Amino acid sequence: MTTNRRKSIWVFGDYRNYYQNRVTLQLIARAVALAKTINAEVCALIFGHEIDEWIMEYTAHGADRILAIDDPALKSYSTEKYLAIIERLARERDPEIILIGATDFGREFAPRLAKRLKTGLSADCVGLDITEDGLLLQIAPSFGGNMLAEIVTEFHRPQMATVRPGTFKEIPHDYERTAIVERLPLMKGLPKPRVRLIEYERSVEKEHTIENASVIVCGGRGMGNKEKFKKLQELARLLGGDVGATRPVVYAGWAEHNVLVGQAGKHIKPKILFSFGISGAIQHTAGLGEADFIVAINKNPQATMLKMADVAIVGDASDVVNNLIKELKKRIRE
Amino acid sequence: MKLVVCIKQVPKVTELPWDEKTGTLRRDLASGMMNPACKHALEAALQIKENHNASITVITMGPPAAEEMLREALAMGADEAILICDWLLAGSDTFATSLVLKEAIKKQCPKFDLILCGAYTADSETAQVGPQLAEELDLPAAAYVEKMEITGKTLRVRRLVDNFRETLEMEFPALVTVSMENYKPRYTSLAGLENAFDQKDVSVLDAKSLGLSSSSIEQKGSRTRVRKVFLRKAQKGNVVLQGAASNVVHEFLDRYQRKIGTVIGKSIEEKKQHDDK
Ligand SMILES: Cc1cc2nc3c(=O)[nH]c(=O)nc-3n(C[C@H](O)[C@H](O)[C@H](O)COP(=O)(O)OP(=O)(O)OC[C@H]3O[C@@H](n4cnc5c(N)ncnc54)[C@H](O)[C@@H]3O)c2cc1C
Repeated sequence: MTTNRRKSIWVFGDYRNYYQNRVTLQLIARAVALAKTINAEVCALIFGHEIDEWIMEYTAHGADRILAIDDPALKSYSTEKYLAIIERLARERDPEIILIGATDFGREFAPRLAKRLKTGLSADCVGLDITEDGLLLQIAPSFGGNMLAEIVTEFHRPQMATVRPGTFKEIPHDYERTAIVERLPLMKGLPKPRVRLIEYERSVEKEHTIENASVIVCGGRGMGNKEKFKKLQELARLLGGDVGATRPVVYAGWAEHNVLVGQAGKHIKPKILFSFGISGAIQHTAGLGEADFIVAINKNPQATMLKMADVAIVGDASDVVNNLIKELKKRIRE
Repeated sequence: MKLVVCIKQVPKVTELPWDEKTGTLRRDLASGMMNPACKHALEAALQIKENHNASITVITMGPPAAEEMLREALAMGADEAILICDWLLAGSDTFATSLVLKEAIKKQCPKFDLILCGAYTADSETAQVGPQLAEELDLPAAAYVEKMEITGKTLRVRRLVDNFRETLEMEFPALVTVSMENYKPRYTSLAGLENAFDQKDVSVLDAKSLGLSSSSIEQKGSRTRVRKVFLRKAQKGNVVLQGAASNVVHEFLDRYQRKIGTVIGKSIEEKKQHDDK
């Protein structure tokens, strides 16, 4: 074993929804910063068929090295094939850290990889850092309330984390950048996958997506009841936006699951966010990483959500909604 | 056919009713419940049982109070219930939990065909235990399953992952984690619940009976360590508005309507008031 090889931070290339989901680029950016502290290189993994585009993109966005396997057998995503490949590569090359985006795929894949490599994994991190003793500090929401937990994997390598999309900002692309691109052949003798992909297609059901709305009117339990909550729809319509909701609201049936905002739901990035009657629990605010301008309304002046807001309105959520609707109807010129 | 459903008891705390008068959470109403996704997994198993000749073992690792949830599972139609309960196992991360579940399954129902887990839990949402258990038992597996069909020894599943609809097939024995899209859990009658308390037994296992000593748990157990838990600080130096709603809204719009107008691409301005009254 070579011991003097430079440490490496691996980022799994989850390129399937490249244009909608930039989590791989965000992780490369964060890895670049972490790598400086521990004197490591950032290595992006790309497995697939006809993957030159991703090699170029990941290079342009900051990777130092690319490990690429381009093979028709990897035409579609396969948890089992990827597991077998990375397991081998990791055993050969001993990465210090492996970062994986917390996409659906990543969240199924990462725990299995961690188990195979007999190492720890923290789920859905909202922050990553390096401790004084050089460990990967994994910051993840903790059970209930407003708490964050700092997690470390002390004795096992690689240190692994899945990271919430939107947590970090990607480095702007620079097509002049270069990286060491290692094109590897698909290894021989990988076990035959036991799960067969019979059919797959991009979902055509018109997914209601609030992820791209520029105005979101989000309501929480403080809206009081379903009738009052429904008023948010009217406000959202006036503002050309969408309604979002917290989990208790979804559980109570005031809103559909597909508008849930937070750790268990959507990650939004509106230009303007209105937050009505929401306490600001970490599981909810984890979904607000990129909101530009937050207006929060809460009757409790101490509410976390008010503290996070650019404009904090202390008052009854429903009253403010009604007045806003009334006043906007007067003031908006088409 | 033999089905195993792994279920977890989660606190209801985060969704506690909120006290209108004091503005605080009614923690007095805190209690445990079967994790919703686990309940969907159990429902999926029950539907398989109805169409194929199957028996269902539910299994949980948790505190003694989790027995109540197992009783509920029995009342819903499970045939057998196992509680793994040991203070040595408290604080296990997903790495350790999946190991313990494997040992219990190997000991109590080694001849299973299908293991079903909830896709995620309401209290930690890691979604890791199911996939890690599949690794422990070396099984073909699929997460976020919405629909299942069984023909002979073949399981066909439908799921939605990252906006892709997938149909997958695998042979038994296999593992799935079940999403909350389908398989709405059935209602359990109180009578059924009472019966389950009277009639069926819950077997209780501890670490030792699974061949896990404290040292083996230490070396095989948790990989991650929580260093500290802290309160997230609020970041912004913000503008605070308060007072009667109509005044506040006026003030708010007067100050920010330009900004909002730019974002929504419409002009927002106060109408000249000369035509009032
Ligand atoms: C693993 C896990 C994952 C989770 N994932 C999510 C998630 O993705 N998204 C999510 O939202 N939650 C999630 N939660 C739940 C989360 O922890 C909180 O419980 C939830 O966000 C609280 O919602 P809320 O703010 O609407 O309700 P509460 O916390 O009850 O807050 C209600 C707020 O309304 C205010 N209020 C009450 N009456 C009025 C009034 N008349 N006018 C104005 N204000 C009023 C109160 O002061 C309070 O601040 C998760 C929890 C866990 C454990």
